[in-house]
Amino acid sequence: MDITFENVSYTYQRNTPFEHKALEDLSFHIKSGSFVAIVGHTGSGKSTLISHLNGLSIPTDGKVKVGKYLLTHDEKPGDLKELRSKVGVVFQYPEHQLFEETIEKDIGFGPENFGVSESEIKERTHEALSAVGLSETLLDRSPFDLSGGQMRRVAIAGVLAIKPDILVLDEPTAGLDPRGQKEIMDMFYRLHQEQSLTTVLVTHSMEDALKYADHVIILNKGKKYLEGTPEDVFVQKDALKQVQLDVPEIVQFIASFNHKFNTSIPFSNQSTEQLAKQIKQALIGDELE
Amino acid sequence: MAGNLIEFKDVSFRYSEQDPWVLKNVTFTIKEDEWVAIIGHNGSGKSTIAKLINGLLFPQEGEILIGGKKVTEDSIWDIRKDVGMVFQNPDNQFVGATVQDDVAFGMENRGITREVMVERIQSTLEAVGMSDYQFTEPHRLSGGQKQRVAIAGVLAISPRVLILDEATAMLDPNGRKEIMQTVSQLQSKQGLALITITHDLQEVVQANRVIVMNKGEVWKESVPREIFTEKEELRKIGLDVPFVTTLADALKDIGVSISKEPLNHEELLEELWTLHLRT
Ligand SMILES: Nc1ncnc2c1ncn2[C@@H]1O[C@H](COP(=O)(O)OP(=O)(O)OP(=O)(O)O)[C@@H](O)[C@H]1O
Ligand SMILES: Nc1ncnc2c1ncn2[C@@H]1O[C@H](COP(=O)(O)OP(=O)(O)OP(=O)(O)O)[C@@H](O)[C@H]1O
Ligand SMILES: [Mg+2]
Ligand SMILES: [Mg+2]
Repeated sequence: MDITFENVSYTYQRNTPFEHKALEDLSFHIKSGSFVAIVGHTGSGKSTLISHLNGLSIPTDGKVKVGKYLLTHDEKPGDLKELRSKVGVVFQYPEHQLFEETIEKDIGFGPENFGVSESEIKERTHEALSAVGLSETLLDRSPFDLSGGQMRRVAIAGVLAIKPDILVLDEPTAGLDPRGQKEIMDMFYRLHQEQSLTTVLVTHSMEDALKYADHVIILNKGKKYLEGTPEDVFVQKDALKQVQLDVPEIVQFIASFNHKFNTSIPFSNQSTEQLAKQIKQALIGDELE
Repeated sequence: MAGNLIEFKDVSFRYSEQDPWVLKNVTFTIKEDEWVAIIGHNGSGKSTIAKLINGLLFPQEGEILIGGKKVTEDSIWDIRKDVGMVFQNPDNQFVGATVQDDVAFGMENRGITREVMVERIQSTLEAVGMSDYQFTEPHRLSGGQKQRVAIAGVLAISPRVLILDEATAMLDPNGRKEIMQTVSQLQSKQGLALITITHDLQEVVQANRVIVMNKGEVWKESVPREIFTEKEELRKIGLDVPFVTTLADALKDIGVSISKEPLNHEELLEELWTLHLRT
């Protein structure tokens, strides 16, 4: 499903002394099947932006189009439930998503709500648990009697069980251990490709944005600041610094190396191994190969 | 010589008798001016350790001493005055109606004067970049703003023990760096014991010492440089090493000799520079 924002603004607590404009005149287009990363400093509007994708927020001004659904100030889609069965959102804090007595009920809640049969729910729960690396023995436990990273995994499993067309992920790897971060991002990427999903990832990891996204949108104070391929956006050190963001670590290292050794190794989204070879080349030339 | 501020002696813990042990014979000490990072896979017992330190939980076996005092039902009220903690999810600890009330709350319990309070609310909110939000209700903050405010709250009480349980997980790398700079300045200035529980390898590198947890047991305890030499072992237990370590290893693999395990960009560049001079 395509996603389009047309001049979208969103104001919290409108018409009160606390009025706060979180999004301002935001326009962009996300093609069906693409993997988009949304990046920005604390409070730049990322979570507010994605809350429009399943109709949790309705724009104060402007239009949001998600597939055939249109969201504007005066026109909510008649069937928000149908939209929500297609757009699965993993919230920034898993506690905001979990509420059932047991993990099993929590994962089954979405599909049940959308009319999936009991046997199918069982199957999906089983699949989702294994996708997030949790053991079946936990199913009867309360989702709150878990470690932070385990809660995160349950929250993700609940969204996978809906089998959405659009996967919206708000910092999905925060709280996961390093192996979990990699496994879960790889899992999302696999689903994205196998099921031709449209994926929207809010992340602070420039590394993940580089590795998985084909398009990046940078927000600053509720406005779109930069947009493009990760390779183009993430080398703009000064522009990113302006909005308090850093370039990915590998880009930083290459820049420092080039500066110190007066070389010009380019950044091409290369692997660490490839970079090692380029460094060796630069240091000792060909004669010692 | 700095003394031991926190002592875990053979501590075992489980959440209930039906549940398996989540900490098994855990023993370690932390000195009063030390920064210790605790790392480990999800569910390895890190947050449980934090909750045992300030008496939210009590061990079934072994004992825990804070400043020589055993943590018991009777001593926790005194002990909590010395311990500042930021939880994994800040929503669990907001009590004030506004950001400012929330930062004030911890100080009220510690008998800090009104004047000092006002000054510290300003200075700590400033330090975490949240001055503009003094009158905002905490639940109306963004994910990262909540974490910043929670950190301001513990900085304000300047505790003897500061525990940050993934307290910067929702910040971008740059924001994380800034906040940790503020925290570590306070740590070295006031000589407090800082315990950071984190999956962020950059942060681990800055600690004086690292405790690695695996399945409820202390797997290893050492300085960061030493810990990160065990690349394969760490990966086996769900962890990883920082980018520079990976790059240094990739260089070694293709025959570039790196003698010292680098911990940051500067150290690796320095190594390469010496090499460069020799060729
Ligand atoms: N309230 C609870 N009741 C029962 N078991 C619990 C409870 N809280 C945590 N556990 C279990 O105790 C173990 C240790 O949890 P803990 O929260 O200490 O892990 P952690 O190392 O902090 O993990 P993470 O990196 O995911 O935050 C886990 O297996 C978890 O499932
Ligand atoms: N419920 C709310 N009421 C009023 N203001 C809000 C509310 N939620 C968020 N805001 C404000 O709107 C702005 C954008 O918040 P948002 O949560 O979208 O940021 P974010 O980019 O997701 O930040 P983070 O990286 O910290 O999660 C912030 O300044 C925040 O204080
Ligand atoms: Mg957010
Ligand atoms: Mg934890």
